[in-house]
Amino acid sequence: MTALFYICATVAVLAALNVIVQRTPVYSALSLIVVLCSLAVVYLLLGAEFMAVIQVIVYAGAIMVLFVLVIMLLNAGREVPSHRSRLAHWVGAPLVAAFLIEVLIVVWRQFPAATTSPAPALDAGPTAIGHLLFRNYVLPFEVTSILILVAVLGAVVLAKKEF
Amino acid sequence: MATSSEAGLFLLLALAKSAVVLVILLTSIAYIVWVERKVVARIQSRWGPYLVGPHGLLQPIADALKFLFKEDIVPLEVDRVVYWLAPFLTFTLAFLSIAVIPFGGTFAFRGHPIAFQITDLNVGLLFVFAVTSLGVYSIALAGWSANSKYPLFGGLRSSAQMISYELSLGLGVVGVLMIAGTLSLRGIVEGQQGFWHIGGLPILPRWNVFLQPVGFLIYFTAAVAETNRVPFDLPEGETELVGGFHTEYSSFKFAMFFMAEYANMVTVSCLATLLFFGGWLGPAFGPAPVRALLSVFWFCLKVFGFLFFYIWMRGTLPRFRYDQLMAFGWKFLVPLALLNILVTSFVIAWLSA
Amino acid sequence: MVPLSHYLALSVILFVLGAAGFVIRRNIVTIFMCIELMLNAANLAFVAFSRHLGNLDGQIFAFFVIVVAAAEAAVGLAIIIAIYRNRGSLNIEDVDSMKL
Repeated sequence: MTALFYICATVAVLAALNVIVQRTPVYSALSLIVVLCSLAVVYLLLGAEFMAVIQVIVYAGAIMVLFVLVIMLLNAGREVPSHRSRLAHWVGAPLVAAFLIEVLIVVWRQFPAATTSPAPALDAGPTAIGHLLFRNYVLPFEVTSILILVAVLGAVVLAKKEF
Repeated sequence: MATSSEAGLFLLLALAKSAVVLVILLTSIAYIVWVERKVVARIQSRWGPYLVGPHGLLQPIADALKFLFKEDIVPLEVDRVVYWLAPFLTFTLAFLSIAVIPFGGTFAFRGHPIAFQITDLNVGLLFVFAVTSLGVYSIALAGWSANSKYPLFGGLRSSAQMISYELSLGLGVVGVLMIAGTLSLRGIVEGQQGFWHIGGLPILPRWNVFLQPVGFLIYFTAAVAETNRVPFDLPEGETELVGGFHTEYSSFKFAMFFMAEYANMVTVSCLATLLFFGGWLGPAFGPAPVRALLSVFWFCLKVFGFLFFYIWMRGTLPRFRYDQLMAFGWKFLVPLALLNILVTSFVIAWLSA
Repeated sequence: MVPLSHYLALSVILFVLGAAGFVIRRNIVTIFMCIELMLNAANLAFVAFSRHLGNLDGQIFAFFVIVVAAAEAAVGLAIIIAIYRNRGSLNIEDVDSMKL
């Protein structure tokens, strides 16, 4: 079980690296789908089975389809290398590494491995989440439905052809 | 897992079940193709394959050999990675959803209960929908990678069609979920046991199709559209878009698309029997092993009925035009499915009050 | 058992990779994908905390993050299509007419 987490984590990190390194947008999109699916497996390992399938159905199966279809329709080819300064390259990479190490150290200090043990396994099935969603969080639920409606209308209006 | 030997046994059992199911599924796909060619031929007043073997029964084997030995033509301008990825992705996803489908009841083997199912997830139905959602990519990528007009159009149209009908597929099943109260496929079938009695006589089995007829029609229509079959097979119709998204594929990769389409048909038919027609439930008699095998037999009979209906539609119906298809999916099926959910929930609330 | 800090470390690494990609890349769609990567890193943190605190609220919040990300992706991609129609290019360096 724990080995599976480390395998999925490695796959996710390598795929995320591939997202930011690839020149062709389609390959970046495919790598992002790999990241999403490995995160879904991590959610399963955390006992969040409903979140795992929702991640695959909604994020990897609908949002990323939108991305892939837009990339194909707009025929986004390979990206040309930037004409910006080379100095930014040489200074940027170490700064990113420093940022990463700094945040990792903060996280490591805050949650030392010895003192954090998980609470007893909670039932994270659809029934439990449905109970919470439709009782305690019914207002955000309804508000997000209005949000999605507005987003649909906005997307249709913005992407329409002007005649 | 309490001990590692239990874990090892579990893994071994799962691998054995997967191997058996895969072999059976691959053989049945080959012979579904044979059945389709024979039935469509008879509908069209001709014979169908009859040369190779008695009644053409060895035709699938001949076709498989042909696909293996045919020259693999790869056009120059294709995107290599995605061109090779798409057929394997389709093939893998098509065979992935079989993992949660229960083929029959449980039987006891030396005291251990073994179910005719590779694994019983308690979000089993959502797993099948997740695999279906990922299946959209394979077609879009296949169409795009060929770097040619007709495959691109076929791929884009097909993926738009699939995501439109995915919505009604999910919504049509919500009525069944409200009745069953669980997302586990085994649980949904077990909720359909027994009969309705009038005057002490069992009249109808408690199948969900009698409780949710509209839901069944919505589900089956959306499922036919999802699997890109007639009457929704515009993206791969020969008279419309050359070969659609699989124009630039030949021999083995084309065979993978082909097999994946039939595997999807089988999955969808299995789901239709599980959700609406009582799965493996049927007249059971005899000692325990006979009952277990009989449950598998009833399941296969019902699935075969659905497959026959698919093939019958192929031989009979004309295809939808693309705008008619999209209008039907969005403007008719989705509101109908929402209405079905509304009515079902009111009836359930009223009956439990 | 995998300790909480390992899940959070994975979340942090994905977030920093997303942020780095957001700054480095020139193609608008790729930049957008790096935003989605950052959102996913945050989701992972939510679900990990939900497990370790024994509270389902983290997963509910992650659910809402996914929904809002969907809405944002739809509108954002529509804007990208509109930009492409107006400028003819998906390079973010060509969308700088408001720069000083």
